[in-house]
Amino acid sequence: MSAAVAGRRPGRYGVGLLTGILHRWIVLAVAVACWEVGTRIARSPSFPPPSTIVSKMYHLWFAGPASHLFLTSEATGNLLPSLGRMAVGLAASIVAGVGLGLLLGRSERMFAYLDPLFQFARVIPPPTLAPVFIVLFKLGSQMQIASIIFSAIWPILLNTADGARSVDQLQMATARVFRLSSTDRLFKIILPSTMPKIFAGLRLSLSLALILMVFSELLPGATDGIGFLMSDAQSRSDLPTLWAGIVLLGILGYLLNTLLLMAERRALAGHRAARRVDTT
Amino acid sequence: MLQIEKLGHYYADHTALEDVNLEVAEGELVSIVGPSGCGKSTLLRCIAGLIRPSQGRITLNGREITDVPDNLAVVFQDYSRSLLPWLTVRDNVALPLRRRGRSKSERQAAALGALQAVGLADAAHKYPWQLSGGMQQRVSIARALAYQPALLLMDEPFGSVDAQTREDLEDLVLRVRKDGMTILLVTHDIDESVYVGDRVIVLDRAPGRVAADLAVGLPSARDQISTRELPEFVHMRAEVGRLVRGQAPPGAVL
Repeated sequence: MSAAVAGRRPGRYGVGLLTGILHRWIVLAVAVACWEVGTRIARSPSFPPPSTIVSKMYHLWFAGPASHLFLTSEATGNLLPSLGRMAVGLAASIVAGVGLGLLLGRSERMFAYLDPLFQFARVIPPPTLAPVFIVLFKLGSQMQIASIIFSAIWPILLNTADGARSVDQLQMATARVFRLSSTDRLFKIILPSTMPKIFAGLRLSLSLALILMVFSELLPGATDGIGFLMSDAQSRSDLPTLWAGIVLLGILGYLLNTLLLMAERRALAGHRAARRVDTT
Repeated sequence: MLQIEKLGHYYADHTALEDVNLEVAEGELVSIVGPSGCGKSTLLRCIAGLIRPSQGRITLNGREITDVPDNLAVVFQDYSRSLLPWLTVRDNVALPLRRRGRSKSERQAAALGALQAVGLADAAHKYPWQLSGGMQQRVSIARALAYQPALLLMDEPFGSVDAQTREDLEDLVLRVRKDGMTILLVTHDIDESVYVGDRVIVLDRAPGRVAADLAVGLPSARDQISTRELPEFVHMRAEVGRLVRGQAPPGAVL
């Protein structure tokens, strides 16, 4: 009897996992199905059915030769520059945001001087600054990366500063007692204890970077990119391509967020386990 | 080795310490006991150089303490916040040794040696939060031992563990102190102050000052059962108890 129960466990776990995945995707599947049926009934040229969009995506970007990982020249010419600019912009935001944030968080004086300035800069909607950037930077990639940085840096910077300010007093006292070097204090205590806040900021920054990536490609001076492709398609009334861009952005956002969550889970494994033990 | 002269410390709204005079010789284990709020922890933090006293002088081996001294370690009561959760037990113990200019393998060996001394060699690769409270406090004792300080300060080190673990940790301190380390142990537990100490300093309730300085006349080999039934022990704890209680206002809970 008990053997039978024990024997059933792995099977039940497998089924549980399967229904878990099913539950997660079933709503999406139903929504897509409704979308397909609705657009087929409506027959509006502005709303192509998802099957048309997917086949458009395939032919536009993923029907290339195997030597190019099946990417077409359209894909390497537009998707890669977009992703490249976003990666550069986000990386620069992380480096500058974490660096400045730590400085701001660990120095009362710096915080007092700079916090009002940063709070002010943070609430300016980045798109409104586009004209300024167009004047300040060279049109094209330089200006586009600058707009991404200017929007993505704030959540990381302010979250890092907040986290660095609230490092446990006793941990810092311990560091003083054992006379840890300032490098050790930074890398062994302050940075690790700020990590959860940095990741919280990073999640916001990631979606801002994606938005600004597309937005900056709609501005004058853009010659490639997903946003450029979409505005170009719009001017040619090529609705399926426009929709393909929209769907692609959705998938990109989802994938990037999933990647970030995986990285976060790895980086904060110790933090989360420690907190779980603490609360019991 | 440690001299405290006319030490006073004031906070905005009250006087924590006033005119504290104390001398500790090399290799002594001195218990500091007193009712809660008598400034025990403030005294310890002044000696550690973590706060600057408002008045008076503290000298360690002839040098006045103005910042955290080089050869001093502290075991705090709250082990869970004093150990770093993102480092393994061994790395926690080895971290303070980085500044001492030793190679990585030497540091790790020293850390393992200290963990062995507190009976935790097997837990070296675990994380602090995977251990019980008593074991975590052992880790922070190991960290202090590996650092080889001339003076070890312990701030209510066994205040948040259960009674059995507390006895084990008291015996651990008696065992590891044999290398001539000078130890100052702050506690509010009268039994503990007598059982562990060579000397017991009783502090007055605020403003804290030295109310009594008693030598403990117990043999240096102690154990939890037989030492506690010695007439000297019973007499001593009664005396300390009276002193501590006498300072507390009537009806106060200790």
